[in-house]
Amino acid sequence: MRLEPKPAPSILVTLLYPVAAVVLTLAITSLLVLAAGASPLSVFYLVWKGAAGSQFALMETLTRATPLILTGLAVAVAFRAKLWNIGAEAQLYIGGVVTVVLGTGALPLPSFLLIPVIMVAAMAAGALLLLGPAILKTRFGVDEVVTTLLLNFIVLLFVSMLLEGVLKDPMGLGWPQSSRVVAEAQLPRIIQGRRLHYGFVIAIASAVIIWIIMKKTALGYEMRAVGHNPQASSFAGIPVNRVLMKTALLSGGIAALAGFCEVAGLKGNLTLDLSPGYGYTGIVVAMLAMLNPIGVVASAIFVAGIFVGADAMSRSAGVPSYIADVMVATALLTMVVAILFTRYRLRWK
Amino acid sequence: MDAFDILLTASFWVAAIRIASPLIFATMGELICERAGVLNLGIEGIMTVGAFAGWFTVYAGGDLWMGVVVAALAGATFGLLHATLTVPLGLSQHVVGIGITLLATSLTYFTYRLLLPEVTSPPKIEPFQPLPIPGLSGIPIVGEALFTQTPLTYLAFVAVALTAWVLYRTPLGLAVRAAGENPSAVEAQGISVTGIRMGAVMVGSAMMAIGGAFLTMSAFNSFFFEMVNGRGWICIALVVFGSWRPGKALIGAILFAAFDAYQVRLQQITGGVVPYQIFLMMPYALSILALILVARRATYPKALMIPYQKGER
Repeated sequence: MRLEPKPAPSILVTLLYPVAAVVLTLAITSLLVLAAGASPLSVFYLVWKGAAGSQFALMETLTRATPLILTGLAVAVAFRAKLWNIGAEAQLYIGGVVTVVLGTGALPLPSFLLIPVIMVAAMAAGALLLLGPAILKTRFGVDEVVTTLLLNFIVLLFVSMLLEGVLKDPMGLGWPQSSRVVAEAQLPRIIQGRRLHYGFVIAIASAVIIWIIMKKTALGYEMRAVGHNPQASSFAGIPVNRVLMKTALLSGGIAALAGFCEVAGLKGNLTLDLSPGYGYTGIVVAMLAMLNPIGVVASAIFVAGIFVGADAMSRSAGVPSYIADVMVATALLTMVVAILFTRYRLRWK
Repeated sequence: MDAFDILLTASFWVAAIRIASPLIFATMGELICERAGVLNLGIEGIMTVGAFAGWFTVYAGGDLWMGVVVAALAGATFGLLHATLTVPLGLSQHVVGIGITLLATSLTYFTYRLLLPEVTSPPKIEPFQPLPIPGLSGIPIVGEALFTQTPLTYLAFVAVALTAWVLYRTPLGLAVRAAGENPSAVEAQGISVTGIRMGAVMVGSAMMAIGGAFLTMSAFNSFFFEMVNGRGWICIALVVFGSWRPGKALIGAILFAAFDAYQVRLQQITGGVVPYQIFLMMPYALSILALILVARRATYPKALMIPYQKGER
């Protein structure tokens, strides 16, 4: 058995591969639903209904998609340059920390100034957090996968320390949580009475900006070149290490923005359960989108729908909601196989 | 008790060896994979699977050793999936590894909820008991530390000896090492690189799963969520720290575990002046530090993370 390159398929056919991956994922997870003693069709229908069956459901899905778009973008940017940032989770939390440090009354500014100031500060913190592993990679040759993964644990403990120490809410009845951000620092709701907030707009705008950076600027070109072949890029005069640094700053900054949006738009304060693994799920979101920034929006909404829908389904059908995590992980693996077959065919000989 | 006196107590070293045991299994597993040229980032999830599979086998009425075997088989199964995607298909070992960790972890949690829907507190099993080796366990400190452990810890040391012996003293080990250094040379000998690499990933994954099973069947007596808690990632750092050599990696694991046992005791001495999170961060920070220290002279297996296709150079 061997792999043989084949000509690139048309755009329409390329779009069929994610669809095939999703179908395969549904087929595989059907077996688990059967094992749980439920009917796959009715379970998948309930997931769909829970994710998109009503205006309320759809709003919930878009709310859940907001942090996933941002972590997905962070991963897509980094992976494009083959900078393996598995630390979006930590960068997200740092963004949340900066939001409550500056947003709980420290800066007496009106909303139109306060929100941008916090956003920039949060992004800077996330960017610096990823700069560390990037420098270790380029200067010392330390694999960034392991350092970013280990930093996730360190940062979560750091946040825990802050929430039981300096950032602890004095009115919090002893819970490890921060004070609430002031009204001026909050992102308003898009529709009154729904949880969807302007963080979603920030996420969409980020996707467009990243798309422009990747497709229309020299930096985007250099990032793709470095990701494709660092030796050739270096030979062609691209400062590989500097491009990796810029990639790290961009990626870490966007991931931190997810933390800002969750605190300022949805939760209102910082707790240790701010993110149920959005940083890791962002990897799946980015891969499902084949690292395309606009595709990230679609795949984040899809993945968010699975989680929101599975929660609703689990309550009525009795299949554990962890089925959503299994589906998402399976989708990641089927997707990378699908991408492979857009470029290669298998020959048996 | 003085901070230094701790190092001279037998109970400290007994704890250090106990903490080292799961790391030793998983580090050897990762080392075998990487020696064959495959980075296995599925380690964290595979340890979770092993922890659950071993524990559940015993909970469902099986023998303790049967639990170890079931854990190993479960680990090897995920190893087979990892190997299929990364070796013949040559997919990114980073992405597939993270995918295997996500899949293995979520499947474990799903299965746990499915099999034990009602439980609120994790059910307990009767775990492996300490088995003092007559004579040797009487030696002060060293003997107590090494020879009053559970059978699974002894197995961990056997695993290191076996890994070292196979890698350096058998033709199979030579083929594994060559698959990670110079795969074309292996193929030239008429040995399948694909077969060697897939086999190495499956055996390595089985060992990672036994490392996970140690947590639920020897160190503790029940399974709970997130119990692996980054140990897999630490083992990846230990492989680099040990320069891909079983003996050095063993020393690294014991040093690391001793540090971990020490920080727990230091935490008790300082009595809450320093936030406990600082101590809990230390193992992870230490792993990063270890990576930085060895990075400059680390000699990675030359074909690590490079997919091999027959007839290509």
